[in-house]
Amino acid sequence: MKRSGASRFFYNNSQLLIPLIAILLLTVFNLIRDPGFFSVGIAANNNGDPVLQGNLISILNGASELVILSMGMTLVTAAAGGQDISVGALAAIGGSVFVKVLKGGSINGLLVLAAFLACCAAAMVFGALNGSLVSFFGIQPMIATLILFTCGRSIAYWINGGATPTVASPILNAIGSFIPGIPVPTPILIVIAAGILFALLFRFTALGLYIQTVGINQGAARLNGISAKGIKLLSFILLGACCAVAGVIGVSRLGLINHETLLINIEMDAILAVAIGGNNLGGGRFKMIGSVLGAYAIQALTITLYAMKVPSTDVKAYKAVVIIILVIMGSPVVKDAAGRLWKRLFGTRRTGTAGKEAA
Amino acid sequence: MENGKKSPSSRRREPITDTQLLLTITVCIFIAMYVGAMFIWGGGFKKPQMLFDMLNDNAFLIIISCGLTIVMITGSIDISVGGVTALVAMVSVMILNGNLGLFNGMIGALGLPEESRIFFALLMSLFIGLAFGAVQGFLIAYLQIQPFIITLAGMFFARGMITIISVDPQKAPQELMDILQTRINISWLGSVNKKGVLIPARMEIGVIIALIIVILVFFLLRKRQLGRSFYAVGGNPQSALMLGINVRRTRFYAHLLSGLFSGIAGFVFMMHTGAGNATNATAAEMNAIASSIIGGTLLSGGVGNVAGTFFGVLTLSTIKSVVTTSGLRDPWWQSISTGAMLCLFILLQSLVLMHRRKGGNGK
Repeated sequence: MKRSGASRFFYNNSQLLIPLIAILLLTVFNLIRDPGFFSVGIAANNNGDPVLQGNLISILNGASELVILSMGMTLVTAAAGGQDISVGALAAIGGSVFVKVLKGGSINGLLVLAAFLACCAAAMVFGALNGSLVSFFGIQPMIATLILFTCGRSIAYWINGGATPTVASPILNAIGSFIPGIPVPTPILIVIAAGILFALLFRFTALGLYIQTVGINQGAARLNGISAKGIKLLSFILLGACCAVAGVIGVSRLGLINHETLLINIEMDAILAVAIGGNNLGGGRFKMIGSVLGAYAIQALTITLYAMKVPSTDVKAYKAVVIIILVIMGSPVVKDAAGRLWKRLFGTRRTGTAGKEAA
Repeated sequence: MENGKKSPSSRRREPITDTQLLLTITVCIFIAMYVGAMFIWGGGFKKPQMLFDMLNDNAFLIIISCGLTIVMITGSIDISVGGVTALVAMVSVMILNGNLGLFNGMIGALGLPEESRIFFALLMSLFIGLAFGAVQGFLIAYLQIQPFIITLAGMFFARGMITIISVDPQKAPQELMDILQTRINISWLGSVNKKGVLIPARMEIGVIIALIIVILVFFLLRKRQLGRSFYAVGGNPQSALMLGINVRRTRFYAHLLSGLFSGIAGFVFMMHTGAGNATNATAAEMNAIASSIIGGTLLSGGVGNVAGTFFGVLTLSTIKSVVTTSGLRDPWWQSISTGAMLCLFILLQSLVLMHRRKGGNGK
């Protein structure tokens, strides 16, 4: 990876087209519908602190768990060539452990930290379980994680002994909504922190390259001295950590753990974010920023539909229509046809890479 | 399945042999579990009605699992089946009780009897199923979009449409349900209750539909050219193409069949419950995938058998009834033990296949 960051960005640029178009379309649509849609205001919250408010903030804030999960999902998709459908269940397990530990004493900073570590450990152990099924037994990821998808939420239920306990503390408020004095919702800050961590990880280690190599050709990776099994396992463990963080955010937002509803159906959205981000679901080359943009696009779509007074139960149908339009635009066949049409109309074919690299 | 081990010399790695081996494992485990449950807990398990109840409850699951098995053999996936089933159930209930108004005018104008609503509901079920199958199949096969995403969108669309059509749960009129829920009594498999009255074993029409579909799909996959090309496309699309198989059309047909079966399953589901509800057939797609996997179908394509799927559904529901009878009454045990059994099956299959790969190919 001797390329500079900028040229690499343009090298993979075409992949980001679909999520960017999606976000652009949603932005334009919303601005036409309601010019003030994206205006951000400052209002006082319940504690009297000035905080940012507005649809833009609620999109960024609401997408936090999804963005973090889709980051981890990108890694698993790239390395293992399949998807983890147990992320929602894993987050529920993590959240349950978090609450279980918090229930053990009076809540202070130290206990929250211990609870978070325990939650991470639990989620990473289950992630490692998924990962070892995939890497050491050669089971397809979707099937291996189907196990935890089936029973994960029940395990979460079991951990808390069949109850949905509530926890309340200013510290949890600070994690789930706002830190006093900072007007930006904390989940957004957590997402930024996670993004920086992953960026550093890829900048200072060759993990990204290893993951791509394993995803593209496992045998070749092994011959080059990369432990394909180890990399796959690692990607699942990282996803486990992401699930733990998402679970903690989810629990802190509500102040309670409900194993049935915590981050329900988020696995589907996370996979969708990875796909809309232009990553091949069959593994190989990946671009994490694409998944992140995809996740924000999905959340923007949801918020837009809510703003249009679509009942929350009907949102799925409209979402499906938009998704289908997006993936049709991104399909290789349609892309080729569009390229030919462009050539016929304007004589030159759009060769994104060369043109933009020169500029 | 004695022909699974033809002769020691035929240890060649062929998809069909893998299929038969996995099928044998499934059937053996199912029988072992059922017989074990019979001896340990006796009671309900000794009555044939237990088996028929399982079939009655899971007829729709058997049907969608058949469709999913075909799709999985082709190397694709369809997770819209549960949503389509629920949508079809909702639509057909609403045709039966007249709340949808779709065929009300026609029935009124032509002076058709109320019973004709059943016919229209069935027609509409097949139409919705085929429509979903055709659109998804077209997008997947001809526009080469990843099947997971398309069928996920299909699931969202179907689930969303249910609440758009009706937020309230719907109920079919009783007189029509009486016709639909006609039960077939098999008196020689019945059991005598405490008062000495013989209660015949009861089977619903849906079970017969499910069994017919299992048999048809079995022969389709075994004997027909289309069925064989499903295996070829799933095993290796490149070589299938070189063999002159129309890969795209085969993929399209797989999804079309899956959609059609979801439509039929929706009708069967409605026949069983007589109610339309947004939460119908929740997670049915995952249960169907799990059943196919337990039955020995590999998600990677090219390996699978619909008979295994049938036993997969039965195994899954046996696990659930075993847990309920064994006294683990806490609500979480059912799915935890289902997960554990699933894990066991998957590990067993993977170990067996790994062992065979090592033994058979020297690699």
